[in-house]
Amino acid sequence: MANLNQHNMNSTNHSWRNFKNGVMQTLTFVCAILVITPLVLVFYHLLWQGFTSINLDFFTQLPKPTGETGGGIGNAIVGTFVLLGEAALLGVPVGVLGGVYLSEYGTTKLNWWIRFTADILNGVPSITWGIVVYALLVVPMHGFSALAGGVVLGMMMIPLVMRTTEEILQLVPNGYREAALALGVVKWRTIVQIVIPAALKGIITCVLLALARIAGETAPLMFTALGNQYWSQKLTDPMAALPLQIFNYAISPYDDWHRQAWAGALILLLLVLSINVGVRFLTRDRSRQRNN
Amino acid sequence: MNTARKRYGDTVFRCLTLLMALSIFALVALIGIELFEGSGKSMHKFGWHFLVSSVWDPIAEEYGALPFIFGTLVSSAIALIIAVPISIATAVYLTELAPRVVSQLLTMFIELLAAVPSVILGLWGVFVMVPWLRDHLFPWLQNHLGFLPLFQGPIYGVSMFAGGIIVAIMIIPIITSVSREILQSVPKLQREAAYALGATRWEVTRISVLSYAKKGLFGAVILGLGRALGETMAVTMVIGNSPQIVKSLFAPGYTLSSVIANEFNEATGSLYPSALFEMGLVLLGVTVLVNALAQLLLTTFAGPNVKPQN
Repeated sequence: MANLNQHNMNSTNHSWRNFKNGVMQTLTFVCAILVITPLVLVFYHLLWQGFTSINLDFFTQLPKPTGETGGGIGNAIVGTFVLLGEAALLGVPVGVLGGVYLSEYGTTKLNWWIRFTADILNGVPSITWGIVVYALLVVPMHGFSALAGGVVLGMMMIPLVMRTTEEILQLVPNGYREAALALGVVKWRTIVQIVIPAALKGIITCVLLALARIAGETAPLMFTALGNQYWSQKLTDPMAALPLQIFNYAISPYDDWHRQAWAGALILLLLVLSINVGVRFLTRDRSRQRNN
Repeated sequence: MNTARKRYGDTVFRCLTLLMALSIFALVALIGIELFEGSGKSMHKFGWHFLVSSVWDPIAEEYGALPFIFGTLVSSAIALIIAVPISIATAVYLTELAPRVVSQLLTMFIELLAAVPSVILGLWGVFVMVPWLRDHLFPWLQNHLGFLPLFQGPIYGVSMFAGGIIVAIMIIPIITSVSREILQSVPKLQREAAYALGATRWEVTRISVLSYAKKGLFGAVILGLGRALGETMAVTMVIGNSPQIVKSLFAPGYTLSSVIANEFNEATGSLYPSALFEMGLVLLGVTVLVNALAQLLLTTFAGPNVKPQN
């Protein structure tokens, strides 16, 4: 190829190749910009449309009846946090302990199957979870309830938390485990007192990310928590939630409700994004410590 | 005695964690059984005909899933056509071409986009994207590509095309971040070999990175398809919700997941909900198959960064 006679031809070829290189670099850069454009647009419109509707009433008041303007979605904001709390009660212990099994015990083959199935469960459409829990809890209990809403979100958390906990626990150096075992500490105490505390920050990160993910879930709540125009008194009552309220307001024909949907969406997005960004700072700290 | 107690504690803890890990299988069984039981009546009445019938008439109690299966497939196909080139190009830019700081910043933004709840994208879709499509993009497409049946017919804004675009926005972050991981796991040596032969950056990417990572990238795309098929809220809000099979992408459509979202709470009698359960079962079957394929592709693409199992 490096024949002297071909020198001229090679140099035109060379500039063509450089040109192609430049074109592809530009093209991929444009694609990268295209990808984040929706995020910027969504955020811009939410701020523009939602910000002016946010005031103290919005956080503390109940929705006003159709036709009256004003009011708030206090019950939906509280409802979302109650549902997340219930979900965490179910999803965190099961997910974390399952992750411990995958990382610390188990046989290669069984663990492969559990991982594989958990990954598939993560891909099950959220609406499917909704009708499953409707059949499981709402029908036997003769009514929609906050309990069913918490259970469906908790079930969705289990495979998420399990997989990420496992990955975090595997980052704990094996030397920790070996040192404890060499001192005669039994395995379960090694795990509970050495391995889990070493990975605690990471586990909390996973749990928060899982909560941020399910906080925006709407479809599974439609057939379980249902939504509620009032404050829910008991866990067996239907309960309002932010995503549900946003959806109901968005598809309604009233301008005032559209306005509130934008404001609600802004609150929900800020909640979800602040967890995501906050967690990033937590993990940045951790990787820095590990490097030192 | 002390050792015996210690061993006892170990067994208990091991069994406890095993039980929790096995709950994954219990969840799968639960989903399968509940959906299967729920759809019993509909299965009994319509049999396999349910999948190929396009009648949807709650008053006459006639139910067929074809228009919904069609809508799900078409909106997902549009989404993939838009999302795949953009996502893979972005992943290439992030791993091969971008300066480090830019790459980190963009990666963070993409992960944040992945975190935006579906219902919020739907809200934005209804009030911002759909009017823009109706007034600008769709008329433009009709003027320039109107000879294709795909771009003919009246423009409402809410449409199969709008549904496809919103799904594309939702799956782009997933395909991009999985592709990025795949590309990062391509061995450095592969790249260095191509550089040593005098290849340009793009040639290195094309020859040694993309061809090496083909299988993994395919897995990433299939994973995106799995998400696209099950996407519910955003699609429901922009697709128009009308069960019909037509050529035009500007016409409203309906998907399996959105019909469940819209009609489940209003479904009276016993056959109507049962038909919706069967839709859920169809949706579950398809997404499980697609996700299983994606996982197999991704786990068998064993780059050096893929953790060995124990």
